[in-house]
Amino acid sequence: MNKPVTVADALRLGGVTRRGFLKYCSAIASLMALPPASVSVIAAALEKARRPSVIWLSFQECTGCTESLTRSHAATVEDLIFNAISLDYHHTLQAASGDAAEAAREAAMHDNYGNYLLVVDGSIPTGNPGYSTIAGISNKDMLLEVAAGAAAIVSVGSCAAFGGIPHADPNPTGAVSVADLIKDKPIINVPGCPPIPAVITGVLVQYLTFGLPQLDHLGRPVAFYGQSIHDRCYRRPFYDKGLFAESFDDEGAKKGWCLYKVGCKGPTTYNACATTKWNNGTSFPIEAGHPCLGCSEPDFWDAGSFYKALSTPTGSIGATAVYAAGAGLLAGAALGAVQRSRKNAAIRKHEKIGIDDLTQES
Amino acid sequence: MTDTDFLLLVRGPLFDAATFILCAGIVVRILAILLMGRKKNLAEPRGSAVTGGFGTMLRRSLPDAGTFHRSGFTVIAGYVFHIGLFVVIFLFVPHILVFERAIGLSWSGLPSNIVDATTVVTIIALVAVLIHRFTDPVKRMLSTFHDYLVWVVTILPLVTGYLAFHRIGMSGPAMLAIHILSVELLMVLLPFTKLSHAFTLWMARWYNGAVAGYKGVRS
Repeated sequence: MNKPVTVADALRLGGVTRRGFLKYCSAIASLMALPPASVSVIAAALEKARRPSVIWLSFQECTGCTESLTRSHAATVEDLIFNAISLDYHHTLQAASGDAAEAAREAAMHDNYGNYLLVVDGSIPTGNPGYSTIAGISNKDMLLEVAAGAAAIVSVGSCAAFGGIPHADPNPTGAVSVADLIKDKPIINVPGCPPIPAVITGVLVQYLTFGLPQLDHLGRPVAFYGQSIHDRCYRRPFYDKGLFAESFDDEGAKKGWCLYKVGCKGPTTYNACATTKWNNGTSFPIEAGHPCLGCSEPDFWDAGSFYKALSTPTGSIGATAVYAAGAGLLAGAALGAVQRSRKNAAIRKHEKIGIDDLTQES
Repeated sequence: MTDTDFLLLVRGPLFDAATFILCAGIVVRILAILLMGRKKNLAEPRGSAVTGGFGTMLRRSLPDAGTFHRSGFTVIAGYVFHIGLFVVIFLFVPHILVFERAIGLSWSGLPSNIVDATTVVTIIALVAVLIHRFTDPVKRMLSTFHDYLVWVVTILPLVTGYLAFHRIGMSGPAMLAIHILSVELLMVLLPFTKLSHAFTLWMARWYNGAVAGYKGVRS
C-alpha cells in the first residue's frame, strides 16, 4: 500500500467520513475561538497539508502525556489526526526497538532534515548524563542532535515545557526544560500534567493549518492557554457571591461552592480545562470537587501547598507578628530610656538664673 | 525567576519581613510617644482630662457643619476613600483569609462585585483628592514629597489589586505577586510615614481633648 501523502489521504484511509472530518475541524475552530468561516479554511489546509514527519522524544517523564493522548477515551478523530501525521519515532508507541528504532529515527531525520516536527515530553537531566539515556545516548545529546534538524519543537507536558516534577526542589538530576537548552528553534509549549488530549492535537492542527501559533510569554499557544481556569470556571458565580467550601466535606463542598479557600489555583492558572474538559468532555478536576493544582504553570509542584488559599502568606505570620511586637517593645523601651536620659542631661546642664544674676551690673 | 517563584517570594519571606517591620514599627512608634517622659502633674484640675479626651475622640470623628461648609470636598472624598479602603481591605474574602492566617479570626466578606465596585470608587476618590491637592493653592503649598509618597503607596495596592482581580496585562501569578508586593511596601512604610495616623489617630484625638478638658494649670 502506498503511504498516504496528505493528511486527508491518511484520514480517508482511516475510515473518517467527510462529515466526521468537518465536525472535527469545527471543534478545533471553536476551541481556538475562531469564527465559523474558518472551519472551511482549516479543512482545506488540512486536506492539502503534506503529512509532516514527527519525531517524538520521551525523556524524564511518566508517560502520562502519551497516555493522555492515546488512552484517554475510545478512538476518536483526534487519534486519527494523530495517525495522519507520520509519527516516525516514538519509543513508547512504536513496535521497533533497539537499533531498529534508532535507525528509524535517523532515517526520518535524514529524509526530512529541516522540515520535521519534534515533539518532546519529559525534562532533560543536566547532571549526570547517565540519569536518563535512550539506546546509550544521553537525553541532552539526543535532544540537541534531533532539534538541529527540526522545523519546530512542541514541548508536550509541563516537564518538557517547564521542567515539571523532575525539576521540583531539590531537582536531583538537574532537570531543565527544552527551552532551557534550545534557543535557535521555534518552541511551542503545551504544558499540563498531562495536557488535555484535544489541546495536544489542536496545537498540531494549528501548526499544520496556520503555521506557528501566537504564543504567550511562557511560549504557550494563546488559542488554548489564553484564559484562566477561574474566569471560565462554572463555580465562578459562587466566588463572586462569596460562597465557599471551607473543607472537602462541609455543606459548601456538597453544594458545589467555590474551592478558593481550599487552595484552588484557578485564578493564576491558564489552561482550557474549564471549557474543553477531560474524558471526552465529561468533566474537569474542579467539577470532581478538587481544586485546580495549577499544573500548566511553571513550578506548580513547588508553588506552596496545593491546599492553602492563593492569597495567604506561606509563613507563620502570627508568630512573626508576636516576635516583631516583642522586638518592638525592647527597641521602644531602649529608645525611651535614651530619650529620657537625654532629657535629664539637658535639665542638669541647664543653668538656673537667680535674682542675683538679673541684678548684676554688666 | 519565574512568575511562580516571584509569587512564592512575596507570599513567603517578603511577607514575613513586611509583617515584622509593620508590627515592630507600630510598637516602637507608640512607645516613643508614650515614653516621652512627661513630668508628674500634682495640680488639681478643674475639669476632666478623661471626659474631654473621649469627647474629642468622638466629636472629631464626625464632620461638623463648619468644616463641611469650608471644605466639603475634602470631607466627602476623605470619607469615601477611607470607607472604601475599609471595605476593600477587610471585607474581600481572599483578604479575610490573610487575617485569619495571621490572627486566627475570620468574618464574613462581601460579594466580589461589590468589593470590585468599591475599589473603583476608592481609586476615583483618591485621584480626585490628588487633583484637589494640586489645584488648591493652600493644599499645594502645604504638600511635601512625603504627602505624594503616601498617596502613591496607598493607591498602588488598589490599582494592582484591580488589575490582578481582572487579570489585565500580565499573567495571573505575576500580577498577584505585584499586588502583594505593593501591599508589602505599604506595610513597611506605614509606621514611619504620615500613614501612621492609622494607629496614632485615637491617641492624638484623646490628647487634644484631654488638654482642653483639663481646665487648669499644671504643676
